Amino acid sequence: MTDPATMPGAPLRRMAAARSHRKQAPIVPPANVAGHALILVIAIMTFLSCLTLGAVTLVRDTAAMWQTQIAREATVQIKPIEGLDMEAALASAQRVAASFPGVRQARIVERDATIRLLEPWLGTGFDINELPVPRLVIVTIDPANPPDFAALRQAVIGEVPQATLDDHRTWVDRLIAMANTTVTIGFSVLVLMLVATVLAIVFATRGAMSGNGHIIEVLHFVGAEAGFIAGQFRRHFLLTGMKGAAGGGIAAIIVFIGFSWWSSWNLATPEADQATALFGNFAIGSAGYIGVALVVLLIGALTAVTSHVTVVSYLGDIDPSHNA
Amino acid sequence: MIRFENVGLRYGMGPEILRDISFHLPERSFQFLSGPSGAGKTTLLRLLFMSLKPTRGLITVFGRDLSRIPRNELPMLRRRVGIVFQDFRLLDHMTTYENVSLPLRVRGREEASYRSDVIELLKWVGLGERMHVLPPVLSGGEKQRAAIARALIEQPEILLADEPTGNVDPPLARRLLRLFIELNRLGTAVVIATHDVALMEQVDARRMVLSGGRLEIHD
Repeated sequence: MTDPATMPGAPLRRMAAARSHRKQAPIVPPANVAGHALILVIAIMTFLSCLTLGAVTLVRDTAAMWQTQIAREATVQIKPIEGLDMEAALASAQRVAASFPGVRQARIVERDATIRLLEPWLGTGFDINELPVPRLVIVTIDPANPPDFAALRQAVIGEVPQATLDDHRTWVDRLIAMANTTVTIGFSVLVLMLVATVLAIVFATRGAMSGNGHIIEVLHFVGAEAGFIAGQFRRHFLLTGMKGAAGGGIAAIIVFIGFSWWSSWNLATPEADQATALFGNFAIGSAGYIGVALVVLLIGALTAVTSHVTVVSYLGDIDPSHNA
Repeated sequence: MIRFENVGLRYGMGPEILRDISFHLPERSFQFLSGPSGAGKTTLLRLLFMSLKPTRGLITVFGRDLSRIPRNELPMLRRRVGIVFQDFRLLDHMTTYENVSLPLRVRGREEASYRSDVIELLKWVGLGERMHVLPPVLSGGEKQRAAIARALIEQPEILLADEPTGNVDPPLARRLLRLFIELNRLGTAVVIATHDVALMEQVDARRMVLSGGRLEIHD
């Protein structure tokens, strides 16, 4: 007797049997051409949104860094005049400043350090005592509890009339204004980018949904409830949206990590020094990565909501009782 | 089972497509709905399926006034009505088996609970060998039988068929008609919308003729 498994056509029967026991096809078909285009649009828009978000985070952090670094210090400058005991003046200015509330520390820039500061202009081997070089006291400020600069100035001048206090206020004010403008522009660009992303995704989702009208109709006519139909599409488009958004978000994170790696790799070069001086170390920090994750979730949810609204409005068209 | 009293329907501000339609579809009845193209046969079927609301008149479905049925109860009532379209409306990404079992699947039933019923029904309509084939591979007649099987899987009390023989040759049309008659014999009321006179002449059944928006009934 012939073994049924070796009979002609057995492989076909096995395939048919395997197919008959497979998982059922999803109600909403897997991505078609419009679905792939939607994933691509979502990925690109997410990538651009995340880059914008990262850039804004970077600028914001850098602006904050500029402000704190400069606002953390003030300088007492004592001009040499005839008969002034410079060392005693420096010591009393340092003492007054150090004991002032809101000042963490006051440090005299020593003679050797002053010579080194002037070396690029005056060369080596000069006698500082022969030149009317002002001397400095660096005052380190508690940024959380800054001193009253006017009172500090009065106190220092009261003790050493030749002293001036530069609290860098002009610089700090300018930098704060510049940083705020940059951050405001950055956030405006981010808002525009997000609006463009929302619109692009809404229209691309509607485009991808337009090919599914017959499925909504069939489900309606076989007695499916509106909630069931909307749920099927919501789940499908949530996955589609998350796929695209995750792709774009991961690409953006790779770019951030790449920049960060590049800047640390080129740490010693003059170009990198310049970039680091401006932007710190190009790392977007945990807030940036959390922002990227939020953008990805937001875009996935947006895609799902758009498909839901489209299904409900389509059902309203084919079944006026849904609008009743 | 379904009763229309002075039903009228218009779309928006347009003219009335159906005027003063009154009839009663009793249980286990068999009738043809005929009339020229554009007479409103499909619209009347959609009213019977509760997917349109009349602009005037009274429709009573399974003893309830349609205008008083809450929206969320309509899908449950629609499951008591099977509908077959002229263009089949099968989903191309699902096999014949999956298309036919779709009404049960959307109710959230487990496949194991209905698998044997679906296979039995597919054998009854002559698609036992074609159950794992996708619709694009099926012939017109096979698609029509799959669409009929899908409408029957929930054992509806009434079956509405819109031009079910419009896309098939006369021998197959006769075969499909025998299927409807057999179904009616088993207790389902049947409404077949058609303008195929030859088909109607094969059965001595009630004829509902739509013309100019009005309905004439020939018992």
